Amino acid sequence: MSKRLVVMVALVAAVAAALSTALLVNIFERKQEARNPFYRVVELTDETVDPVVWGKNFPQQYDGYLRTVDQQRTRYGGSEALPVTPSEADPRSFVAQSKLADDPRLKVIWAGYAFSVDYRKKRGHAHMLEDQTYTERQQFKQPGTCLHCHASIYVPYKKLGGGDLIEGFEAMNRKSFQEARQLVTHPISCIDCHDPETMALRVTRPGFLEGIRALKASQGIADYDVNQAATRQEMRSYVCGQCHVEYYFKGPEKRLTYPWAKGIKIEQIYAYYEEAGFTDWTHAETGAPALKAQHPEFELWSQGIHARSGVACADCHMPYVRSGALKISDHHVRSPLLNIANACQTCHKWPEAELLARAETIQERTFKLRSLAMDAVVELISDIKLAKAAGASDEQLEEARQAQRRSQFYVDFIDAENSTGFHAPQEATRIAGEAIDFARRGQLSLRPLNAGKPGKAR
Amino acid sequence: MIKAHRVAVVAAALAGAAFGLGGYTFLYARGWSYLTNDPRACANCHVMQEQYAGWLKSSHRSVAACNDCHTPPDFLGKYFTKAENGFRHSLAFTTGDFHEPIQIVPRDRAVTERACRHCHAEVVQAMVAHESRREGRDFVSCIRCHGSVGHLELQATDVFVAR
Repeated sequence: MSKRLVVMVALVAAVAAALSTALLVNIFERKQEARNPFYRVVELTDETVDPVVWGKNFPQQYDGYLRTVDQQRTRYGGSEALPVTPSEADPRSFVAQSKLADDPRLKVIWAGYAFSVDYRKKRGHAHMLEDQTYTERQQFKQPGTCLHCHASIYVPYKKLGGGDLIEGFEAMNRKSFQEARQLVTHPISCIDCHDPETMALRVTRPGFLEGIRALKASQGIADYDVNQAATRQEMRSYVCGQCHVEYYFKGPEKRLTYPWAKGIKIEQIYAYYEEAGFTDWTHAETGAPALKAQHPEFELWSQGIHARSGVACADCHMPYVRSGALKISDHHVRSPLLNIANACQTCHKWPEAELLARAETIQERTFKLRSLAMDAVVELISDIKLAKAAGASDEQLEEARQAQRRSQFYVDFIDAENSTGFHAPQEATRIAGEAIDFARRGQLSLRPLNAGKPGKAR
Repeated sequence: MIKAHRVAVVAAALAGAAFGLGGYTFLYARGWSYLTNDPRACANCHVMQEQYAGWLKSSHRSVAACNDCHTPPDFLGKYFTKAENGFRHSLAFTTGDFHEPIQIVPRDRAVTERACRHCHAEVVQAMVAHESRREGRDFVSCIRCHGSVGHLELQATDVFVAR
């Protein structure tokens, strides 16, 4: 045996042993990753509002949650951070871009209403409380009801209600915003969606508890208790539907109500408002009894193919991410278009660029139709003004005003909704199309009055 | 002479240690399980846990396991595919360099596609009679539409469907 060969064998064996050890250690580490999904370092109770405390037990989820401060827009949604000079009245140094500046037609449509003063694009969950606190809409005396969705409210409600959630909810609704604002500290926090004992999802918002009960009752299911009856997958949408919905403040006690007692589609919601005789405000220029739609994401999503296929809000907006051997849902809640690999490609096996192009095609079409509908509403408004100036009676204007009420609620339902039609593309275009129809019919009803008068250019 | 003998002994010891260490690593990593048909082997490392869980709930679980759809039926093809996949997967998993969510590669997709057609020959015979031989744009793919039969199950919410 040559000495050289022996040395070679020794060298090869040494390298092989080293590699084996490295591999062994790697496998060992990977096996360790799969154990101990979480370490309980603090005790969480039904009173723990502060997300920092929850973050000690769930650092990875907390890390994602903190990142909702990020501001990054997609083509049609979200907003880049707009730097502003902080003042005593408004200490924010960054805000979202103004929607009113982007589309001046909105000011015409909302004439006389708080939203014509300050209305901004959307940004992350982390900003919800400060943005509601410092919006210029506050000069219109907002009620404490707003905090239902702008703060971590579960514990403050229970404290205010002496342990009873609904009593606290009712008491908070009756307070002024400024008064109620003193009782809350955090924007949405862990406890608003999670049971501190089991981490299971749960609904804590009275508005949704009552809204979904009314919706289920309209479907023939009596006394629906969402926290008892909903499946885990349903809860992954319902916790979001606690706030991303159409709502109104019912009666002088400003009770937050989701208008779902006749169903969740727009014509059912509209029929509900008609029956309730509800009006948000009287249009300053036409005298029409107007409605404002509010971010009806849950409603529009429910009419789309993703809902029908059993895809929950969290599947796309909080997709699972791998962290070592663990899979956690990404608590950096954001547009799926900023996270296509995790959000879309789990089901749709196409390149990211293709998926983005598909989504933007839907949004572009919706956006164009929404703009046409907005033109129609604005032209109806100018026709009503014209007839009114010429001395038309309330009776003569009635049909046109009803058309304005309905068409602007319909177009707002698509415009205020946060997906630019993506949540249910055909439904969105149907609604925008109907908005155009209502507005043009309203104009037709004024034809005998406005005949021969020089109107705005058509 | 004695010196050379000593070196040989050291080399042999090292070689033995390397072999022993390698062998232990193989056992510790449940290396033998990869030679079997047991679907649990595919979820040995946690990356495919979700696919394994999905398969347990799928329509195919009682008639086909992982290897029935993801390896060719013949002995050589099967073990070649296992070796090729095994090497690629372990390299990816060890280095952590892989696409999330995991995606099937074209070769393995073709293997699965053939497996569908093998078992369901009677059903698909008429459908594929006129298709071109090579996999191009006009290629009819079973799993493009039936992607969830093996795994990937979504739990339907039937809340809004009725209305």
